[in-house]
Amino acid sequence: MVIDTERCKGCHLCIAFCPKEILRAADHINRMGYTPAEVEEKKTNECTGCGICAMMCPDIAITVHRLNKPK
Amino acid sequence: MARLNSKEAETILYQRPESMEARPFHFCPGCGHGIVFRLVGEVIDELKIRERAICVASIGCSVNSYEYFKCDGLESAHGRAPAVATAIKRCHPDLVPFTYQGDGDLAAIGTAEIVHACARGENITTIFVNNAIYGMTGGQMAPTTLLDMYSTSTTAGRKSALAGYPIRVCEMLSTLEGTAYIARVTVNSPAAVRKAKQAIKLAFRTQLANLGMSLVEVLSPCPTNWRVEPVKAMDWLAEHMLPQYPLGEYKVIEAVAALKKEVGNA
Amino acid sequence: MSEKTLMAGNIAIAEGAILAHCQAYFGYPITPQNELLEHMSKRMPEEGRVFVQTESELAAINMVYGAAASGCRAMTTTSSPGFSLQQEGLSYMAGAEIPAVVVNVMRGGPGLGDIGGAQGDYFQAVKGGGHGDYHLITLAPSSVQEMMDFAMLAFELADKYRNPVILLPDGFLGQAIEPVVMRPPVTKLPEKPWAITGARGRPKNIINSFAMDPVDYQPHVALLRQKFQRIKQNEVRYEGINLDDAALVMVAYGSAFRSAMTAMQMARQAGLKVGIFRPITLFPFPVAPLSNLSQKVKSFLVVELSLGQLIEDVRLSLSAEAKVELVNQFGGVPISADEILEAIEKIMK
Repeated sequence: MVIDTERCKGCHLCIAFCPKEILRAADHINRMGYTPAEVEEKKTNECTGCGICAMMCPDIAITVHRLNKPK
Repeated sequence: MARLNSKEAETILYQRPESMEARPFHFCPGCGHGIVFRLVGEVIDELKIRERAICVASIGCSVNSYEYFKCDGLESAHGRAPAVATAIKRCHPDLVPFTYQGDGDLAAIGTAEIVHACARGENITTIFVNNAIYGMTGGQMAPTTLLDMYSTSTTAGRKSALAGYPIRVCEMLSTLEGTAYIARVTVNSPAAVRKAKQAIKLAFRTQLANLGMSLVEVLSPCPTNWRVEPVKAMDWLAEHMLPQYPLGEYKVIEAVAALKKEVGNA
Repeated sequence: MSEKTLMAGNIAIAEGAILAHCQAYFGYPITPQNELLEHMSKRMPEEGRVFVQTESELAAINMVYGAAASGCRAMTTTSSPGFSLQQEGLSYMAGAEIPAVVVNVMRGGPGLGDIGGAQGDYFQAVKGGGHGDYHLITLAPSSVQEMMDFAMLAFELADKYRNPVILLPDGFLGQAIEPVVMRPPVTKLPEKPWAITGARGRPKNIINSFAMDPVDYQPHVALLRQKFQRIKQNEVRYEGINLDDAALVMVAYGSAFRSAMTAMQMARQAGLKVGIFRPITLFPFPVAPLSNLSQKVKSFLVVELSLGQLIEDVRLSLSAEAKVELVNQFGGVPISADEILEAIEKIMK
């Protein structure tokens, strides 16, 4: 999943509701002065693509992809 | 909604609905409006009505809602959106006007308009966002502000002796025969968001089937004016709003119930 | 000679609107124009058009806003207290450039007032009773025929300038019954690409009168100013009777003009050289014609059914040395030709 960190307002709802708890607050602030959410490096492959983060995001800042396994 | 992205070999599971502009929202962090807007956008996509939808905006935090949808839109005076939508629908039955209103717009100054749109059974859809506060003007009491709840105009908490009681809109409007579908939902959890989307979709389908007035009340967090940070605001909503405003479908006429079963209203 | 039909003023407005292809009517009962609403409740469905009796004048004006924003010719009719409730809606329509027709069959005020005819809403209609800088083309009929003709003209001007137009008769004219020549119906309506008709095969249309930042809104108001200048240049209408040899000129509109006409005839029979200047557009006010007239005529008598509102615009238009008197009734009481004649004689003797 991809977070548009410049659109994110740091409400951290995605972090709270991610069932896999792979999201956390970044250590920098974005252009608007908010602390965006980001995926923890070592947990990137734990995302199941459930889309809950995107569902709870009030700013449509999250796009969820599923990488097709090569046939 | 899965869509194959031809460029890379990946499927996009969740992205901005097609009928929504790329423009970032102006809302505060954690504001429920952002979620509800997206749900409306998703429903407009799924029902393929972007070219017929008319966003009848109201006055409040959602004042320029027409900036965010790729459909025609217009602004109404405070509280008058249901009258504006009534006229548009009467003049153009093929269009799909929906009013997007907050609790100040609908339940305070606009009470007469929403009551009579319901009483006349106008074929319009109203998305009513209840966050129990006046957001845009800085946090004053709304008709839906809870008893003992702080607001900038009830600094000692809302006292009924002075400021009366919060209005339960769904219960009130569901007594009017012109209403076909009235439901109260919320967005304070993934499951709630899914149900909210289902209700919004069914409301639009009610209009498309010309069955009468449809209204969905969405209990929505207002972290800034509740003075609660976004994640906790979702719990605050559950703890304080739900008892006063029970969720559920308050009016489902037979024809709408049939619609619901039809395709499972996924 | 085309055949004439006997008709009440209120009905003439309704039929005029229908002839002008008014597609949507929204109204709320209020004397002295109830017959208009009743007539529309029968005739609009007959024509396959929209009729809604609303919960208030507030809802009515906002329904006109919605219908007109979606490209339909729309109208609401009311009387003074209802017209007051519609001022915010009118300001919104002027701000969002919405063409619409609003009829105010004036009655005695202020407050609940009474149901007699009056002209006490002149300022509200002409100077703008709502908030912000805007003007509304305001037409003043003084006969049942003109109630029909000006209703049709109002729709034409509203579409031409994308601005609300006010039709401003009074209760006496609304109730008066006179023969009327039926006009041919309008068939060709102007295109409205800006209207809210669904973003099908075109970019979306937005209709609003709002910008969060004043810097963005001011240019919009500047455009409105240009529109009002154009209206002032192109749309002034008035009528002059016996002005060539007049030593005293009365200024009057609506049913006050009717009483003034009788008084003028009586004065002329008594050898008094009296003329009448009748503004037909109260906005744009006929400033230039009046000012030119006052180069030669130095004595004016304004006849009004109010405490004196039109007289202010007359004074503003006249040259400094012109003398302006007022003869008036108010509070819903009509003015008689004798009262006016008395005032004429006092001035000219």
